[in-house]
Amino acid sequence: MLSDVNTLKWLYENMFKSRYFEECMEQAYLEGKQPVFNMANGPVPGEMHLSNGQEPCAVGVCAHLNAEDAVFATHRPHHIAIAKGVNLKAMTAEIFGKKTGLSGGRGGHMHLFDTEVNFACSGIIAEGMGPAAGVALARKLRNEPGIAVAFIGEGAVNQGGFHETMNLAALWKLPFVCIIEDNAWGISVAKKDATAVPRNDVRAAAYGIPGEYVEGNDPLAIYDAAERAIARARAGDGPSLIEIETYRLAGHFLGDAEAYRPEGEKDGLFSKDPIPTFRTYLLDSGALGEAALKKIEDAMCKEVDEAFEFARAEPEPEPAEALEKVFA
Amino acid sequence: MTTPKRKLTIAKAISETISQEMEADDNVFVMGEDIAKLGGVFGTTTGLLDQFGPDRVRDTPISETAFIGAAVGAAAAGMRPIVELMFVDFFGVCMDAIYNLAAKNSYFSGGNQPIPMVLMTSVGGGYGDAGQHSQCLYATFAHLPGMKVVVPSNAYDAKGLMHTAIADDNPVIFMLHKNLQGMGWLGTVKKSIVDVPREVYGVPFGKAAIVREGKNITLVGLGVTVHMALDAADALEKEGIDAEVIDLRSLVPLDRETIFNSVSRTGRLLVIDDDYISYGVSGEIISSVAEQDSGVFKTSPRRIAYPDIPVPFSRPMEQFALPNKDKIFDTVIEMMKAD
Repeated sequence: MLSDVNTLKWLYENMFKSRYFEECMEQAYLEGKQPVFNMANGPVPGEMHLSNGQEPCAVGVCAHLNAEDAVFATHRPHHIAIAKGVNLKAMTAEIFGKKTGLSGGRGGHMHLFDTEVNFACSGIIAEGMGPAAGVALARKLRNEPGIAVAFIGEGAVNQGGFHETMNLAALWKLPFVCIIEDNAWGISVAKKDATAVPRNDVRAAAYGIPGEYVEGNDPLAIYDAAERAIARARAGDGPSLIEIETYRLAGHFLGDAEAYRPEGEKDGLFSKDPIPTFRTYLLDSGALGEAALKKIEDAMCKEVDEAFEFARAEPEPEPAEALEKVFA
Repeated sequence: MTTPKRKLTIAKAISETISQEMEADDNVFVMGEDIAKLGGVFGTTTGLLDQFGPDRVRDTPISETAFIGAAVGAAAAGMRPIVELMFVDFFGVCMDAIYNLAAKNSYFSGGNQPIPMVLMTSVGGGYGDAGQHSQCLYATFAHLPGMKVVVPSNAYDAKGLMHTAIADDNPVIFMLHKNLQGMGWLGTVKKSIVDVPREVYGVPFGKAAIVREGKNITLVGLGVTVHMALDAADALEKEGIDAEVIDLRSLVPLDRETIFNSVSRTGRLLVIDDDYISYGVSGEIISSVAEQDSGVFKTSPRRIAYPDIPVPFSRPMEQFALPNKDKIFDTVIEMMKAD
């Protein structure tokens, strides 16, 4: 079990930062959308997919990654972007559609690109698989350090792109890891109603690669599994597949009434919220004391608050900037 | 010292350019179905495996979504991939990687992540391969922003345009017509086989070629229809009609200026396209001239293009649907009488 205090601290910092970021985002998103919800209104229009509850997946994996390692995330990307070290101010400004956002407001919350830390995400299910394999191929052909990680949801394994890419990555022994965040729901369709096998780690057998299932949304267990997969990728031994049991504590999108959830399911999930759970673990194990945790939390809140203040204060793009950057 | 002239097919010109570009830049590599040992179903990668080995000339599984998606990732990571989509008709299984990834990453990254990749694909029918292996789909790709679209009509242009495509920092859809490529298993329009210099050279995108000068009517074509237009122009000359023929060479960017200037001189415009007629290349060209100044037309502009039907198998039905020299000739005669 991981005992390095600096790493434990990093895991908690990024989980806490991510959650506080989503809480601030929820507030900002709902501005102008109450009492009547209209997705087009407010400072942050469009769909908003919050990552509350899924923080352990992001930190447990990204703790092992360096800037040259590429990460492709999903339509629910904020926790992964934060753990990968994406520029928080520019990311927040992008989500607000501002001129100084990561892409000058052209992408928004589902299309965040930070080339400094090799992060990208996209709004279409399983879409990051192919590009992640491509980065892995490029690293291999160029003899450069670095691997590629594709995060997908448990629903994405039923897309053709998942199968095609896993086969290609295994065939070519690419330095690639596929992380499946199993939050049990594809919008309103439960995993059991969409996928023929209860756990997707078994699919690794189809590609002749290792597969693991990590239960309990536990950042330390995820950290360990990711360490094995990433070490294998770095050693040139090929890809791995990890499915992580995680919890979607928010709706599919903000504003989702979630009538499809069985009664009581969410209360059960909240009682297992990974952030207070991990906090308690850190206290009980003696890794970090109350004062140290409070200090981390204050620092993370300050960083996120500053990012939101920055994003709100930045200018909007000139409308005609829409015509730029179609081509490099 | 002058290089001795030699005539090449488009396929040989393409494989020669790719070879030269791969020699010049280690980041250029090729992947696709049957492109290594077989040298490409259409011969556009012949010899590359022997020259560069399997790391840089990669046969892929039949997984277009994965390997075209991988090309996007490799391009983002510093490579300059050339991927072959065997028949353009197969875009249906992988269009997401093309139009949602390759074509949008530059924009979504605010220009920070260019995607320098070439997607090479074969188009066109006329040889009885029916509706899933005979389409052109030029306009389908040209309609969607973020991709350049190139359609050469001869081996000289093909080599120079491929050089430009590989050097370009954007996704380029390189569409090669099966009637022009020069495969052993299908007839080839002879005029597509032309002198091609051995040395590296570029042909710029967005510059249409006036391949025949004339003063009575402007015939605009691309790929194989350029040759149909040239044949028709020869026949029209005997009737005393002097047709100008424009080869578009690239659809994105489109050289609207050359077309407009030509029509300004001739007063008549006929567009010939073997892609579907509605919402397509022919409508775009006519409207772009009309928008600039409809006063240039002495008679209504016309178009000959593929009817809005799937490509039929049976020879008489397929030939009925395709543009050809005679259709162009007859239409021009009608247009000359009209004003």
